[in-house]
Amino acid sequence: MSRTERRAPWLFLSPWLLGFAAFTAGPMLVSLWLSFTRYDMLTPAEFVGTDNYRELFTDPKVATALGNTLFFTVLHVPLQIVLALVLASLLRRAGRAGGVFRTLLYLPVMTPPVALAALFLLLLNGQTGAINDVLGWFGFTGPNWTTDPAWIKPGLVLMSLWTVGSTAVIYLAALTRVPPELYEAAELDGASPWRRFRHVTLPMISGTVYFTVIVNTIASLQVFTEAYVMFYGNAQTEAGRDDSALFYVIYLFQQAFGSLRMGYASAMAWALFLVIALITALQVRASRRLVHYEGEVR
Amino acid sequence: MRTRGRGFALAGLVVAAVAFGYPFAWLVSASLKDRAHVFDNALLPVPFAPQNFVEVWRAVPLLTWIGNSVAVGVAAAVAATLSSAVVAYGFARYRFRGRGLLFGLVLATMMLPGAVTMVPVYLEWHAVGLATTQVPLWAQNLFGSAFYIFLLRQFFLGLPSEVFDAARVDGAGPLRTFTAIALPLARPGMVVVFVFELRSAWTDLIKPLIYLREPQFYTLPRGLKTVLDRFGQGGESQWEIVLAASVVATVPMIVLFLCAQRYFVRGLVTQHVEQ
Repeated sequence: MSRTERRAPWLFLSPWLLGFAAFTAGPMLVSLWLSFTRYDMLTPAEFVGTDNYRELFTDPKVATALGNTLFFTVLHVPLQIVLALVLASLLRRAGRAGGVFRTLLYLPVMTPPVALAALFLLLLNGQTGAINDVLGWFGFTGPNWTTDPAWIKPGLVLMSLWTVGSTAVIYLAALTRVPPELYEAAELDGASPWRRFRHVTLPMISGTVYFTVIVNTIASLQVFTEAYVMFYGNAQTEAGRDDSALFYVIYLFQQAFGSLRMGYASAMAWALFLVIALITALQVRASRRLVHYEGEVR
Repeated sequence: MRTRGRGFALAGLVVAAVAFGYPFAWLVSASLKDRAHVFDNALLPVPFAPQNFVEVWRAVPLLTWIGNSVAVGVAAAVAATLSSAVVAYGFARYRFRGRGLLFGLVLATMMLPGAVTMVPVYLEWHAVGLATTQVPLWAQNLFGSAFYIFLLRQFFLGLPSEVFDAARVDGAGPLRTFTAIALPLARPGMVVVFVFELRSAWTDLIKPLIYLREPQFYTLPRGLKTVLDRFGQGGESQWEIVLAASVVATVPMIVLFLCAQRYFVRGLVTQHVEQ
């Protein structure tokens, strides 16, 4: 092998190696160091030991923001997964006609979240919104989704389901890879549709479901844009509002770029990283019992 | 039995289509209503008020924002596509010590929460004097992006190795083999990366919020947030303007999807099924 041949792979890898140093590894080290300092960008960073981390435990807004974020995640992830599974199953059974529906279900994913948030502020409006109109047809009086502190997060969850198409399309691809012989065998054995789903479909796609649960959870714990657009960044609507839509990354953003508390924001970021790592680790452990990989011997 | 299942599925999908399509219909319809009728929830815009789109054009620099979004989006997509292809080719074509470990590291960065590097990366751009420009919105893409590297590596691994061996026999160097043979063959994969990144740059709000201060540098989502705050809630309650601007921000993405649907689906499927 010539010298150019031996050097070649490193030449091709060099953009990523540079980028990893400059935008991942370097920033992580800087962030870790900053989390032990007080830094407002105007005066030099001052070492404060573990003050920032101790403040995390006494700052009531951190507890509120973390609680809100977990509340959203616990509702959003299971609903998203179940709805995506239902829609994907329907799409698979629909055959060729499913293509049009697949396109329609995916369009919300293409909508900029800012536009989506503006639209749903009106659809969710307690007095004039179309969603409460629909609830009214069935005799329900819908809540004030955008102003009632008890209903803001459920409203955001409801809205988040509109972009379920991205997960549904992934499940559809997984479903079409299940060998049809398995269904035929189950049908011959007289298995009901539910039992076929429970004992054939679910085990065959559990690897995909597991992966989407992890990815969706990590994304949910960093939920930001829709809630920020609807409830923050506007002095007039922020005034007098309680913290029921204050999600963790929104508070982190405010601390960093509003109050210029770069040290505290860095400590917040590392705390979130730990929470996410912990939850992911729990999910990985649970998956060892629940996920079936094809070709695996037990 | 079979046909009953299919009929049931179609009925369910029609219900879903109404539920998922209705917000779009509402948005387009309301953007064409006059101020008194924006909230009437009627499907057809009566009276018809297309002048909302002229008004929003007059009220805010919409054309500048569209231009910014196109420039940032194309720069981000081109940078991500080319750099990720270069790195992916290095992982797919060569065997070298530490390859498995390094590729594992690439995959691990996909799991890293963006919130962790948000502050220090901002400080880096601040240190080099670019923190209030559009550069941070796309320049990071020059260094390859984990998911796209993963996706393109799959493409390169799928190419028959004979074509590369033939090129080597012909005396082509590594760079020439890459540009003349590998890149043209991987074009479908590169289109996937391009449209994915275009979508992601076009719709992003977090980076524009952090970096862009002057309205003449705003991208469409950042501008739309200003429109919402000024004409929507807490503002002058001219929601028809907000909705018209929302339509303008959304339509290009719908067109992009309708033109490149199969690439989006292919990208999504690679992302999760082939893990």
